[in-house]
Amino acid sequence: MSTELDVFVGNTTVLDEDVYQLWLDGHTVSNAVRIRMEAGALQECEANAEVLHSDTMDQFRTFQMCERLLQSPSKVANQLLFQIPPHRQTMLIERYYEFDSVFAREVLGKKLSKGTKKDLDDISSKTGIALKCCRRQHVFKVVEELKGPLVENIQRHFLLSDVLARDYAAIVFFANSRFETGKRKLQYLSFQDFAFCAGQLISYWTVGAVNNVMEDLDVDLEKEFLHDLKDLKVLVNDKDMLDQHKSLVCAQLRGKIKVFSEMEASFKNLSRALVNIASKLTHTKDFRDLFIDLVEKFIEPRRSDKWTIGDLRLFLKHYSSSVHTLEAFRHQVIWDRYMGVIKSCILKMYHD
Amino acid sequence: MPGKLKAKIVAGRHLPVMDRASDLTDAFVEVKFGNTTFKTDVYPKSLNPQWNSEWFKFEVDDEDLQDEPLQITVLDHDTYSANDAIGKVYIDIDPLLCSEAATVISGWLPIYDTIHGVCPQANLVCNIKEQSSCGVKFFCTTSIPRCYRAIMVHGFVEELVVNEDPEYQWIDRIRTPRASNEARQRLIFLMSGELQRKIGLKVLEMGGNAVVGYLQCFDLEGESGLVVRAIGTACTLEKISTFPATATYPSNSSPSKDMKDSPQAAPSTLGCRSTHSSPVHSASSRLSQGFSVSVPTLLFAGMGSGGSAGKEAGPLKALLRQQTQSALEQREYPFFTLTAFPPGFLLHVGGVVSARSVKLLDRIHNPDEPETRDAWWEEIRQEIKSHAKALGCHAVVGYSESTSICEEVCILSASGTAAILSSRFMQDGPLDAEHRLFEEVVSPGCGFCHIPYDELNIPFPAQLTYCYCCRHYKVPDVLFTTIDLPTEANVTGKGCLIQARLCRTKKKAQGEGNATAISNLLPFLEYELHTQLMNKLKLRGMNALFGLRIQISVGETMLLGLASATGVYLTALPSPGGIQITGKTPSDITYEQHISNMQKKINDTITKNKELYEINPPEVVEEIIGSPIPEPCQRSRLFRSHSESSDEVSELDLSHGKKDAFVLEIDDTDAVEDIHALLTDFSIPAGFYSCNTEIMPGIQNWTSAIQMFTSVRVFRLNNANLTNQGLNKIFSDLCENLLKSLYFKLRSMVPCCLCHLNFTVAIPEDELIQVRTHLTLLSITDEQLQFNLELNAETSSSNPLSSPKGINPASSVDYSSFADRCSSWIEQLKLKAHTIRRGSVKTSRSTHKASPLPEGRSRSLRSNRSYSGSSVAVVKMTPLSFIPGAKIIRYLGIINMFFIRETTSLREEGGVSGFLHTFIAEVFAMVRAHVAALGGNAVVSYSMKECVFMENPNKNQAQCLINVSGDAVIFVRESELELTSVQPQSATTQTSNCGEGT
Repeated sequence: MSTELDVFVGNTTVLDEDVYQLWLDGHTVSNAVRIRMEAGALQECEANAEVLHSDTMDQFRTFQMCERLLQSPSKVANQLLFQIPPHRQTMLIERYYEFDSVFAREVLGKKLSKGTKKDLDDISSKTGIALKCCRRQHVFKVVEELKGPLVENIQRHFLLSDVLARDYAAIVFFANSRFETGKRKLQYLSFQDFAFCAGQLISYWTVGAVNNVMEDLDVDLEKEFLHDLKDLKVLVNDKDMLDQHKSLVCAQLRGKIKVFSEMEASFKNLSRALVNIASKLTHTKDFRDLFIDLVEKFIEPRRSDKWTIGDLRLFLKHYSSSVHTLEAFRHQVIWDRYMGVIKSCILKMYHD
Repeated sequence: MPGKLKAKIVAGRHLPVMDRASDLTDAFVEVKFGNTTFKTDVYPKSLNPQWNSEWFKFEVDDEDLQDEPLQITVLDHDTYSANDAIGKVYIDIDPLLCSEAATVISGWLPIYDTIHGVCPQANLVCNIKEQSSCGVKFFCTTSIPRCYRAIMVHGFVEELVVNEDPEYQWIDRIRTPRASNEARQRLIFLMSGELQRKIGLKVLEMGGNAVVGYLQCFDLEGESGLVVRAIGTACTLEKISTFPATATYPSNSSPSKDMKDSPQAAPSTLGCRSTHSSPVHSASSRLSQGFSVSVPTLLFAGMGSGGSAGKEAGPLKALLRQQTQSALEQREYPFFTLTAFPPGFLLHVGGVVSARSVKLLDRIHNPDEPETRDAWWEEIRQEIKSHAKALGCHAVVGYSESTSICEEVCILSASGTAAILSSRFMQDGPLDAEHRLFEEVVSPGCGFCHIPYDELNIPFPAQLTYCYCCRHYKVPDVLFTTIDLPTEANVTGKGCLIQARLCRTKKKAQGEGNATAISNLLPFLEYELHTQLMNKLKLRGMNALFGLRIQISVGETMLLGLASATGVYLTALPSPGGIQITGKTPSDITYEQHISNMQKKINDTITKNKELYEINPPEVVEEIIGSPIPEPCQRSRLFRSHSESSDEVSELDLSHGKKDAFVLEIDDTDAVEDIHALLTDFSIPAGFYSCNTEIMPGIQNWTSAIQMFTSVRVFRLNNANLTNQGLNKIFSDLCENLLKSLYFKLRSMVPCCLCHLNFTVAIPEDELIQVRTHLTLLSITDEQLQFNLELNAETSSSNPLSSPKGINPASSVDYSSFADRCSSWIEQLKLKAHTIRRGSVKTSRSTHKASPLPEGRSRSLRSNRSYSGSSVAVVKMTPLSFIPGAKIIRYLGIINMFFIRETTSLREEGGVSGFLHTFIAEVFAMVRAHVAALGGNAVVSYSMKECVFMENPNKNQAQCLINVSGDAVIFVRESELELTSVQPQSATTQTSNCGEGT
């Protein structure tokens, strides 16, 4: 005897979140049944393997039918085929577009929309995660063609939560800017580290950050700003200004940080590292190397000098604020805009 | 008087891409009614066209207005080739024809195509201008609809129309599938429109204004044609005046929902009185089968067999009670499709009556003269009528008809419950004195159990005792009925779903030989089903069945029988005796041992079940001399003498019913198998209740959460040479597994009750068994239980369980013991919930490993996100006639839809399961959209009457036909009602319910 046909349909669509996750993770039905059994599903309601299999099949089929809708989440709310309460719709969409951060870390900086399917397969085998990459690629494709604020675009079109939308924005932003993230020295940084930095860059350095004109994709950095950054060079090139800056910082930090003497000794190098990074950002090549430069030129030396994060925070705080009292320095606005982002990025990236 | 129909097409959205080159569509709409067609302009290059058309006006006859659906076709304009159809919407405008129903149909409706299914939506506004003269309202609901009052119940109406089926052999024909499916859909729409119109005329002739319990069925007879038939109960209804206002809970009008919610509530002031009985007898009890049952109280199984095969088998004919010359008997068919009644309407219940007949189908030669089919049904109805008479009853309630067709053989079945009704709602003048007498006597909660037949002339051997409630009238030991449990009935403990399943092999045969073989098998089948039901009932310590539905399906090589009912313990009836097993060869010691083991198992099961269902009837009946109802004996005497019974009445042994009356004799392996099957029935998991009636006897604490599910399974029997036992086992396992699956899927919703849990079986092809079920899930709060827990804490110290001797036998539930059960039940539940939680945590942990997602994330977004922009209104669907915790304020009309779906790419659509799953979801979506367009927010009394599935995997093809029906309504949550207008009346009713609810 065999079951030829087996369906279970509710007026309100029945969804099991655990099974949904198994489906999202790309398990086959028999795999999913095994996992559920191991999780003790058989102890509930005197179920047997047959019941579990039938339930899993039903659920997987339901998800498959929903997938078409999930690909354009804005339609989910006004489709008629499935009656799903709003909070369940949210759950479906959110989970559908959720991604694994290990995967995302690998993907960063790659041109996703240009069909790097092979790359994704490589990543898949590398991270050991069964991918349903198409759904994410889909997001990138749609978003890249849209105008206006990135995060809001993603939220509007895919109805994702703030957090998830920001993560997507980060990937799109990285892909668009082609930041170098794959170097060995950057391997210690997690996706969340980069996502945070991306958020900072998007919020303060892009076109969309200053004016709300929705002319173009707002993930491009503001050219004018990058150009203006060259003016910061004066901080290290003008000897007087450098000395004044140094004495101001030292006055603030004396006795407050353990690495004071090292700091005092290398102040010029410290400052030069940060200012040089700023002045080179107009060159595409250097811009792409932003993170590697931050690590090589600033973070690693501090780490080998055994700066604590607290010391670093204090230093950066006074290093950037002291500039305000330099009367000869005329680029306060640019400086704040630059240092605000760099400071938070460095602090986020400063770990083992 | 010609009617005027106006329609306007507003917009469409998410249309499919029809032009590959531009990825767009040039859509326009054709609106067709009768022979008139209008077109909108082409809205070029858009997937979201805004036609915003003018008002299309149709002038049509009344007849067309009632028969025809409005057809809306969405097409893609093509300059060079023929326009491509995107899909259609059929709109039944019937609801617009009644003044009290909907006035406008407007909203987003799914565009449906028989090949591509549902895709986009069109917004459509449709309005009817002129009122048609036809004002007959149709209701699927099998009780007086809430918010109406019955002025008069006129009685049975029936009609059938026949036609050639435009496409019966769909798979082998050369034709365009779309054209053929659409022709068929349209034909059925027309036929059901015509049927409804004809029934409407009959109702008007009878002086009524509504049809309640409208049951429409299709017989797809294949080559011989297509029959659409309907039965219903004509009534004169009056809308209960102003919405929420004062008339909300009239004491004796509609079976208002509070009554429903608490079956134990309020004894109706017009109770009734007198006698009642048990199921009964039948030709089949003579048949010696595997094991025999010494108690002959079997369900009455009228074995009709007219037509080309078989002969009359009614041994009960002679038994007529001469005095019941009521008005009802002068009617052609005193039948009522109602299953629930206004208080005081149902006086006594005699038992189940049923009749079946096997017919050979032949081609319908002249569609305008459906006489043959009419004559067949007439025959069966006559038989039912005479069976009811034999039970001393003048009416049949809970009446329904069905067919099962296999090739050229057709089994026609009808069943109902013989009953005596009050004349209060009958127009045909006063009933005779006897019945008046009945009405004067108040006997709440037990009157309907009293036997209606003459106890000296019992049409079958039954054991009668005095009623355990009023002690004055005779009651049978077991009562089987097809109706819902009357709201005023006294019940002890809780009810449960009871199913009997049977499968019998049959030789392949043709024509008359086949029909004869089937008619010969039918009695065995019914007999065994009844035996199983009886055994299972006793095993649960219960004594009555409600909502009994016996379905017999015929296939080429087998017959399937499935009986479902809700078992309860009626306080008025005697406690059922146990089941006693005796062996045939007592000499063998090991055999004896075996028997006694089995006996012990049975006894244990009964004890366990009594505990589970909280059946603790008051023990000592003899002591209750001063029964609560001071019934003048003379009155009963009066009645008795009238019916020529003698004084022996009082001499009957009271302890009679307590003997172990039920003996199973094991004389061969069959019987052993049967007993095993009896004992291995899967027990229902904690936190679940199930029943096939509207509400679960013994449970009142419903929440307003309600959900509806449909499940369909098809099994293939691989090995052809199965024995009857083998088949039985397989069939029984199928049903059990389906139930298990349901419980498992719905496990997160405990505590809950699966109501209206009905199974439909069919044999679509040789070696295939289709089981379909639809049910509604009602959640139960544990507030009530909490309350009981507290209560229990108080009482337990003084007197734990055990009802005190003097307890009023009429009070149906033993308070303290109930509380006790509740507490243990709660503990069990907690335990269960614990394990469930543990299970799910494990699962999520394992999934987390694969893709860790911050827990807080999904939670946080739930709060900050709102979908206020969602344009889709929630529409509830339920097979129940009410929505718990809500009040139906308006009926918008009947929903009766028929869809055909076909695919030529079965594999690509996910195989048969994928195909059917999609189709059912689409049907739900279309029903919801139509209800929403009518302005409603729920469908009550919903049912999927037909689900015919055919496949041809070799050709990668499948086709499915689905027929659904129900009543579109607007409901308002009770909580909202209270907010808007505080009514002291409803408030008091509610509080009193709570009190009684415990």
